[in-house]
Amino acid sequence: MTITTFKPDTAAQLADSMQWALSHGEPLEVLGTGTKRRLGRPVQAAYALDLSALSGVVAYEPEELVLTVRTGTPLAEVLPMLAARRQHFAFEPQDLGPLYGLPAGGGTVGGMLAAGLTGPRRIQAGSARDHFLGVEGVSGRGEVYKGGGKVVKNVTGYDMPKLMAGSMGTLTAMTEVTLKVLPAPEDVRTLVLLGKGDAEAVRALTSALQSPHEVSGAAHLPAAVAARSGVVARLGGAATCIRLEGFGPSVAARVAALKDELGADAVLERDDSLALWREIRDVAYFVQPAERLVWKLSVPPSEGARVAAAIREITEADVYFDWGGGLLWVAAEPGDADIRECLDGTGGHATLIRAPDDVRASVPVYHPQPEPLAALAARVKESFDPKRLLNPGRLYAGV
Amino acid sequence: MKMPTPDAGIISRRREIVERLRAIVPGEGVIVDEDELRAYECDGLTAYRQPPLVVVLPSNTQQVSQVLKACKEMGVKVVPRGAGTSLSGGALPLADGILLGLGKFNRILEVDYDNRCVVAQPGVTNLGISNAVAHKGFYYAPDPSSQIACTIGGNIAENSGGVHCLKYGLTTNNVLGVEMVLMDGTVLRLGGKHLEAGGYDLMGIVTGSEGLLGVVTEVTVRILKKPATARAVLLGFPTNEQAGDCVAAIIAAGIIPGGMEMMDKPAIHAAEDFVHANYPLDVEALLIVELDGPPAEVDYLIGTVEAIARDKGAVYARVSNSEEERLVFWAGRKAAFPAVGRISPDYYCMDGTIPRKKLPLVLQRMRELSEKHGLRVANVFHAGDGNLHPLILYDANNPGELERAEEFGNDILRLCVDVGGVLTGEHGVGVEKRDLMTHQFAEADLKQQQRLKCAFDPDGLLNPGKVFPELHRCAELGRLHISGGKLPFPDIPRF
Ligand SMILES: Cc1cc2nc3c(=O)[nH]c(=O)nc-3n(C[C@H](O)[C@H](O)[C@H](O)COP(=O)(O)OP(=O)(O)OC[C@H]3O[C@@H](n4cnc5c(N)ncnc54)[C@H](O)[C@@H]3O)c2cc1C
Repeated sequence: MTITTFKPDTAAQLADSMQWALSHGEPLEVLGTGTKRRLGRPVQAAYALDLSALSGVVAYEPEELVLTVRTGTPLAEVLPMLAARRQHFAFEPQDLGPLYGLPAGGGTVGGMLAAGLTGPRRIQAGSARDHFLGVEGVSGRGEVYKGGGKVVKNVTGYDMPKLMAGSMGTLTAMTEVTLKVLPAPEDVRTLVLLGKGDAEAVRALTSALQSPHEVSGAAHLPAAVAARSGVVARLGGAATCIRLEGFGPSVAARVAALKDELGADAVLERDDSLALWREIRDVAYFVQPAERLVWKLSVPPSEGARVAAAIREITEADVYFDWGGGLLWVAAEPGDADIRECLDGTGGHATLIRAPDDVRASVPVYHPQPEPLAALAARVKESFDPKRLLNPGRLYAGV
Repeated sequence: MKMPTPDAGIISRRREIVERLRAIVPGEGVIVDEDELRAYECDGLTAYRQPPLVVVLPSNTQQVSQVLKACKEMGVKVVPRGAGTSLSGGALPLADGILLGLGKFNRILEVDYDNRCVVAQPGVTNLGISNAVAHKGFYYAPDPSSQIACTIGGNIAENSGGVHCLKYGLTTNNVLGVEMVLMDGTVLRLGGKHLEAGGYDLMGIVTGSEGLLGVVTEVTVRILKKPATARAVLLGFPTNEQAGDCVAAIIAAGIIPGGMEMMDKPAIHAAEDFVHANYPLDVEALLIVELDGPPAEVDYLIGTVEAIARDKGAVYARVSNSEEERLVFWAGRKAAFPAVGRISPDYYCMDGTIPRKKLPLVLQRMRELSEKHGLRVANVFHAGDGNLHPLILYDANNPGELERAEEFGNDILRLCVDVGGVLTGEHGVGVEKRDLMTHQFAEADLKQQQRLKCAFDPDGLLNPGKVFPELHRCAELGRLHISGGKLPFPDIPRF
């Protein structure tokens, strides 16, 4: 129900907008291009802060492995620019547009970092936060400040960018960010093992991840999910997928070695591999039916199969595994039992990635935290945004 | 360097404080003897010394929690300490504060190969973790040169790196979870064995917070399978520029080596005299490039790197043909600090990061500064990520030389910031670089960081006097200054 939008062109104008909001006590919904408006708890705000005019590449230095951009810069502009220099964001940012009923290829760099969504390469290259080097922005106090730096190695002061990654715009309206970029792999292949049950599949992924072969993707698609894949459906049945990337000769050698060690029913070549891991990354299997709720569960990898079994016991959900069993994507019918209880004893947590507004207003989207941690998170929020004006309630009610 | 004025009131209450601590940590866990306290008076930055009021060595999380809670109640400051190898004075004690040593937290709690992680107490050494999993071919990737001695808790506090962090990341990229205790005694768990901690990334803030936010009492770190092979190539260049160009070209070719280190002529000579690694002595710059991974990859990339080096004007190239030879290549680099220690009574190790392309400029300016201050400097350099370690040679017995060395060091660090870099790439700010923070950060930047500290430690009792040049009360930091009122520019109805 946002009605009025501030669209600053500069950090100074952004600070003015924030000062206005402070003096009027008006909360703001912070937006890039709005592709993730359905992620997080719905924000109650009559004013929006649109950062899409803060756009443009400030510096791209491939040899230094750093990129500085204004936060409203579209990913559609940045990703091809990196690709032209054979580089990329190694954390493999997800594109959830289609999952939310929007076209693919949208979004801004700021939104990507604020959401902190990370793809299959997490197991090898880390998360969005691991590639986030520097930030400038305006706090909820209306003050322009910066944190981190513009070089790949830096421990000067607190690592503020880490805190911004995944904060969903609740701490600071970011204006400019510096990221680490890395060489994109020259080649890619995928080993596929067919017909395995979940537990057996996770064991195979574990063996692959315990090998020295630098596995960069380790996913398992149970039969019902594999059937929705544009790549592995034709192979029939459940597909356990292991990705190897790098220089051509290296990939060839590792494919051969891993095939020897684990066996493989198929090896996907480059194009099929790219297509398959894009599906896995973007949760393509759960785009339809659109009414289903989509959950993301982060658990110790060895617990993945057990948690999936517990979920299937209480509901008719579809589940698939990424991160060697450590990430579960779950599509459940609306009104289904609370799947969070299936996490008991694992130390893991669940995020409700897709659900109608009313559900996201009543069911906690982000996992409820134990009291002392929740209290600390609230104090952290307060240290940036004492009046709770930046995306209030987007992460947790009251924060 | 001035530390906050000690609180005479606290010092006069020492007996009461000791009694309270003894009630929590019995027996030898509370140290009050002057001679014994002296063992803790400094860390790796030995120019600064101060015996603490009391040393406490708790042995479990509950004791840490009770000690911190008691200190908060009594208004007593606390300095955490691991092995005391910090090079920035992060563990420098306070005359009116207790030193909280984590030495008794020295057990590995769990090795979990299925989840590829180790759960350890914070006093376990960095190498201790790798050693515990070596028999299965695993290791913990961040490898500071101090890894035999430094603790994993200290690594978290400093976000330490090593020669392999270009490819495998710093501490922060390899930690999955921590248990920590806040100054009010609250015990928290952040992250765990899963790959993504939920909520705000507090673990990311705690890592590298130099003991200012909480005391880490347990750590879960990621372990990796050792690469199948590793080979190194030594490359000598007639100029620093060419060596720098070679590094840039290797990265532009899409290669991220396992390690890529550079030494300048003084460092090469000092290292060669010390360990006889057979380094070429007639070059200005030496690169050690290590490639690791499957043999097919390593062989392929060694060829590529050699070709790039030739193209960039290398006058010397030698590839390691055995594991022994590879280790000899590294021996010189790894011994660079002690090697420099042999040619000079004292040396001062700096740690700034620069955009790599500025290397020739920075080295040139450093030569000028060396003349200005009348002190020699040798450079070792994590070339891949732009992290410089200039070693300033001086003799503390000559009056005024230490001060000159510090001034020289400060000039170098300011230079790093001025060319677009930062004050510290891995050693931390501590007390050493504290007063230079205003050169890199504006007042608003530092105040926002301090507000974050207030969320963890509102009374400012944990490791005060480190990192921030100026202390402010949290109430003062929290005050809002609202200036606006009018709409700054026309609003555009949109949705
Ligand atoms: C010869 C030598 C070589 C070195 N090489 C490197 C290198 O290659 N790379 C690198 O990054 N560093 C290097 N260092 C620096 C140093 O070893 C690291 O900073 C190391 O992480 C410090 O660990 P420590 O256990 O000695 O911590 P300490 O020196 O005891 O403490 C360091 C800081 O951590 C805090 N702290 C310690 N334990 C805890 C805890 N459990 N909870 C909260 N706070 C805590 C302290 O308060 C202090 O601020 C080197 C040092 C030496 C002497």
